[in-house]
Amino acid sequence: MKYLAEFQNPELARGLLDDIRAAVTRPWALMEVCGGQTHTIIRQGIDQLLPDGVELIHGPGCPVCVTPLEVIDKALAIAARPGVIFCSFGDMLRVPGTDRDLFRVRSEGGDVRVVYSPLDALRIATENPDREVVFFGIGFETTAPPNAMAVHQARKRGIRNFSMLVSHVRVPPAIDAVMGSPDCRVQGFLAAGHVCSVMGTSEYPELAARHRVPIVVTGFEPLDILEGIRRVVRQLERGEHTVDNAYPRAVRPEGNPAARAMLADVFEVTDRAWRGIGTIPLSGWRLSPRYREHDAEHRFDVVDIATREPAACRSGEVLQGLLKPNQCEAFGTDCTPRSPLGATMVSSEGACAAYYLYRRLGTPTTPLEASSVV
Amino acid sequence: MSDTLSGAPAPAAAPDFGGWTCPLPLRDHPRVVMGHGGGGALSAELVEHLFLPAFGGGTLAALGDCAVLPVGGSRLAFSTDSFVVRPLFFPGGSIGDLAVNGTVNDLAMSGARAAYLSCGFILEEGVETEVVGRIARALGDAARAAGTEVVTGDTKVVEAGHGDGVYINTAGIGVVPPGVDIRPQRAEPGDVVIVSGEIGLHGVAIMSVREGLEFGVEIESDCAALGTLVEAMLAVTPDLHVLRDPTRGGLATALNEIAGAAGVGVVIRERAVPVPPQVANACAILGLDPMYVANEGKLVAFVPRAHADAVLAAMRAHPLGAAAAVIGECVPEHPGMVVARTAFGGTRVVDLPLGEQLPRIC
Repeated sequence: MKYLAEFQNPELARGLLDDIRAAVTRPWALMEVCGGQTHTIIRQGIDQLLPDGVELIHGPGCPVCVTPLEVIDKALAIAARPGVIFCSFGDMLRVPGTDRDLFRVRSEGGDVRVVYSPLDALRIATENPDREVVFFGIGFETTAPPNAMAVHQARKRGIRNFSMLVSHVRVPPAIDAVMGSPDCRVQGFLAAGHVCSVMGTSEYPELAARHRVPIVVTGFEPLDILEGIRRVVRQLERGEHTVDNAYPRAVRPEGNPAARAMLADVFEVTDRAWRGIGTIPLSGWRLSPRYREHDAEHRFDVVDIATREPAACRSGEVLQGLLKPNQCEAFGTDCTPRSPLGATMVSSEGACAAYYLYRRLGTPTTPLEASSVV
Repeated sequence: MSDTLSGAPAPAAAPDFGGWTCPLPLRDHPRVVMGHGGGGALSAELVEHLFLPAFGGGTLAALGDCAVLPVGGSRLAFSTDSFVVRPLFFPGGSIGDLAVNGTVNDLAMSGARAAYLSCGFILEEGVETEVVGRIARALGDAARAAGTEVVTGDTKVVEAGHGDGVYINTAGIGVVPPGVDIRPQRAEPGDVVIVSGEIGLHGVAIMSVREGLEFGVEIESDCAALGTLVEAMLAVTPDLHVLRDPTRGGLATALNEIAGAAGVGVVIRERAVPVPPQVANACAILGLDPMYVANEGKLVAFVPRAHADAVLAAMRAHPLGAAAAVIGECVPEHPGMVVARTAFGGTRVVDLPLGEQLPRIC
């Protein structure tokens, strides 16, 4: 924890902010790709401290937010079946499908369990040989390797009652799609450090060159983010657009070869629909045919899923950085965590949830420092 | 939109930037979900919209940790609580300790020392009597340590599969000292907010054993009876405005409930909130916020500014308040809302949680 605390040091943060202020000569719009970064920024008020010219735009990097409605509905259908133990990371349980969520399925008798690792689901499968155990495999490159490992282990150990509902997504095609949008304002990226710790940085130089945007690999603590911003701003001011690694304590250029090998063995790249955005070519992974027997979509034959999307929610624009959450008319009124219109308001990493949780109020008029006691 | 979101991979087409729409959930709850017991917004709704209308308002409408009832010339504090913790034994305590300390602390939050307790056991068929015996001994020891006595009780057994081994309900009564009027509605601008020690220990301790998570060091629950600490504070001044034990939903929920009940704003300084490194570490790993993690041996106090230094000194002189800290103050702005000032000088809202905190995916 001491190691983490060092990356939360306010005095060092002030130095970085001074550097950023000194570097900025004109307005710049930067996108932090990952929802975890968004939450650090909003929770710590980093965006409030930046010079006026530096705007942070929140990217599509919330795995819960972008999982397509149809996949959620498939998960709900599978989880509701008798004889199924449906395992998921906790934050997927609250995400709404067309007419219910996994919490509701559980309250109606479904055996839905929160696990902390896909290997926990594998253990549950070995302990319940007469039940079908399904793990909900979603997320970016960060969560894909352990999920791949679980499927690999299931086949290796002959655990036939284990399958995975897979809807993994990849970051670089999303960056490409964001930059390809005609309304895109993004001039530089804070790339998601955890993703790069797995995949390395080799996917980014071509993107940076083609779109002429700096891409700085950035961590998740406040100082990581300020350092990422500083490096992007410096590049922009110099007219540069290279890939830079500001998170070397976690990211090596080659990433994690063992994890990448596992991904290549178990998954294959596919087009993938992103909730609120649409289909992005080659932006996802699915189980390769070799692992078909562990593919829940194949095993449970969930077809005839009829999804219903509302028209009111603008989270697609939020996910693309075209709209700030609090610029949405429904924000905080028709759309709250209690009654969300979209997954961006539900997910713990969602930009709308971050704004709702942390930013429904301006700076208090009575600053704490003014108190004589505190 | 459903065309573009079909599960089958679409041919390599451009993203549908023209068709952005998103989810649309129905958030009504025809059945109880776990969040209804999480101590957050869903719990509050259940109480407000289902129980209160059914029971009528009156004293219950104050929704304090305990009811304060005029009886003869005295005021009795009366409280009940049920305990469904899993596992039954955990580092730093057991369901037996909790069953006493939870009710004792609810009474203490009105300034009352628990005089008598009731105890109802609901046992699941098949649970070992040795386990029940250990829990009963822990419960008796905790009651004696808190200076109270179990004077009546009840036992029921439910069929195997219909319980979690042992559930316990306790109720307690105590006498509120003359001149003491402690309740959430009394928070007022200018009050200083004090927390009695490090937060998050109980919730993380339970999580570590329940989920088999290891965080490098064993984390013990802070389970404790707070009656003597409250007495030490009252010895300094009877004019404590609010006391609350931040159990389910943690410190953030307690502060929100007080802000809402009194119609005041609360500002806290995030760095002043005592979070032990092992709790901060565990929460960082799981993506949880220590402010929302349960405690069982802590209290938060709203104290008039004039008495704050003396009360703080009295708390620090008591073993259960040694790490007490001023964490913020009550303000007239943003009534009903809790705001944190971050280490970097930014501000954020500290909201009431919806239901339970959920570990993040990554």
